[in-house]
Amino acid sequence: MNSTNGAYDVERIRADFPILASTVYDDHKLVYLDNGASAQKPKAVIESISHTYEAEYANVHRGVHYMSQKATEAMEGAREKARDFLGAAEEREIIFVRGATEGINLVASSWGGSLLGPGDEIVLTVMEHHSNIVPWQLIAERTGAVIRVAPIDDTGDLIMDEFEKLLGPRTKMVAVTHVSNALGTVVDVTAIIRMAHDHGAVTLIDGCQAVPHMAVDVQALDADFYVFSGHKLYGPSGIGVLYGKSDLLDAMPPYQGGGEMINTVSFEGSTWAELPFKFEAGTPHIAGAIGLDAAIDYVTGIGLERIAAHESELLNYATQRLREINSVRLIGTAPDKAAIVSFELDGIHPHDVGTILDREGVAVRTGHHCAQPVMDRFDVAATVRASFGLYNTRDEVDALVASLRRVQEIFGP
Amino acid sequence: MMDLRELYQDVIIDHNKNPRNFGRPETCDHEAKGNNPLCGDKVTVYVTVVDNVIENVQFEARGCAISVASASMMTEMIKGKPLAEARAMFDDFRDVVTRKSDVGPDDLERLDKLAALIGVREFPMRVKCATLPWHTMSAALDQSDDPVTTE
Repeated sequence: MNSTNGAYDVERIRADFPILASTVYDDHKLVYLDNGASAQKPKAVIESISHTYEAEYANVHRGVHYMSQKATEAMEGAREKARDFLGAAEEREIIFVRGATEGINLVASSWGGSLLGPGDEIVLTVMEHHSNIVPWQLIAERTGAVIRVAPIDDTGDLIMDEFEKLLGPRTKMVAVTHVSNALGTVVDVTAIIRMAHDHGAVTLIDGCQAVPHMAVDVQALDADFYVFSGHKLYGPSGIGVLYGKSDLLDAMPPYQGGGEMINTVSFEGSTWAELPFKFEAGTPHIAGAIGLDAAIDYVTGIGLERIAAHESELLNYATQRLREINSVRLIGTAPDKAAIVSFELDGIHPHDVGTILDREGVAVRTGHHCAQPVMDRFDVAATVRASFGLYNTRDEVDALVASLRRVQEIFGP
Repeated sequence: MMDLRELYQDVIIDHNKNPRNFGRPETCDHEAKGNNPLCGDKVTVYVTVVDNVIENVQFEARGCAISVASASMMTEMIKGKPLAEARAMFDDFRDVVTRKSDVGPDDLERLDKLAALIGVREFPMRVKCATLPWHTMSAALDQSDDPVTTE
């Protein structure tokens, strides 16, 4: 692994990711630019999962036997790692979930289901991922709460004045993405949380696209809830983290019932376990949590500031190279962006672009990116999105641009 | 591996750029909308049937080259054909682009210009793009009120 000192050695980092050595469709080198959808895994993560199953596996928090203790220690070690990674005050504020989607559903259902009433307002932004829209729609339908949506400008930046105007005495929840998955916009969540708190509202920040690219400190942000998915952070899929302030979590009813989340069970009534277990019904994704621990070690070992600098350089280079192609229209040009470029190629549907790029070995995402309101905002059905990770290179940006030239060639003038 | 040119043949690029029978007719007696939620492709097919023959068929679409070209070629192929023949053509086309076994010269001859689209067989994610206009045409003939989706 790279040390935090010295130059950023991207070739050494790439060597940590076995899949990056792949060729696709016979002889095309894999150029993986779909990190926003899911990132590849370093050997350290893959090996930690194998090690768990080969040497330290049993169910957790139950058995008195050796293997159960080993697995429990490893899983609780992962919780402590996640706590430290997010800068949370206490381990019991870290709930393991399947991913950000489950985290948001948990909060919407448990917090929203018990605290929202008719006419209460939930404020979102137009650039939310569907996973930070639909759970709120479901709970709004159940409780009679109302959803209000903050607009963005033509660059894809949140219009802060308009956002602030939506806040009022009925605002109960402000749920906002930290970084837009479709546009790359970095949202000033510090300001948003402060404004929300001034109006007595609770905040949930969707950190899926943020945690792989920047250091996050939930206490410094003063976020009430913060969610992220492991698989976008170079960890396994099926594991994610919900951070919640302990006083809020304590007051919330359980989300799912089952084993592990109870204190006592009888047919006269049951009592709930303490945090975090109250929200972790059933056998958790044990190896996933341990793999996430390894992923956090991996990114913090390189250093998020160095990763951010590397990716920011790639973003600038990609933006400049794409602007050289006349028919490219960039969608999302906010001043503060993570390493995501979304664009359309004049007159050519993104799915045709995606198919041609794919056959050249370049993996990008095409479609609405689970953010249809953003697509509507820019009046496009879909875009092509290249999203960069800590292992991407300038050569890969060049490969993207060369493949786009090939698309133009096939589609003619 | 198949060359991209076999998927994006000139005839497909041409139909995409200059779709035939494109636009909403002044009158029609069958109409259906289709969409592919995965990629956002949308197509509307308008059909007029006289004495069990497709007298007119037109379409509007917002989608990828494969779906637009497929819709355009479909209208050329079924216009003036008896209903039963148009439906049989759909069954045949769908069968060829989705089946695993090899496609022979007989198939190609039978499919006529639709043969240009069989390259999608190598691109499983794109088969639905090619079949969406046909599903929509079929729904229009069935006069189903529900929007067609590929899912």
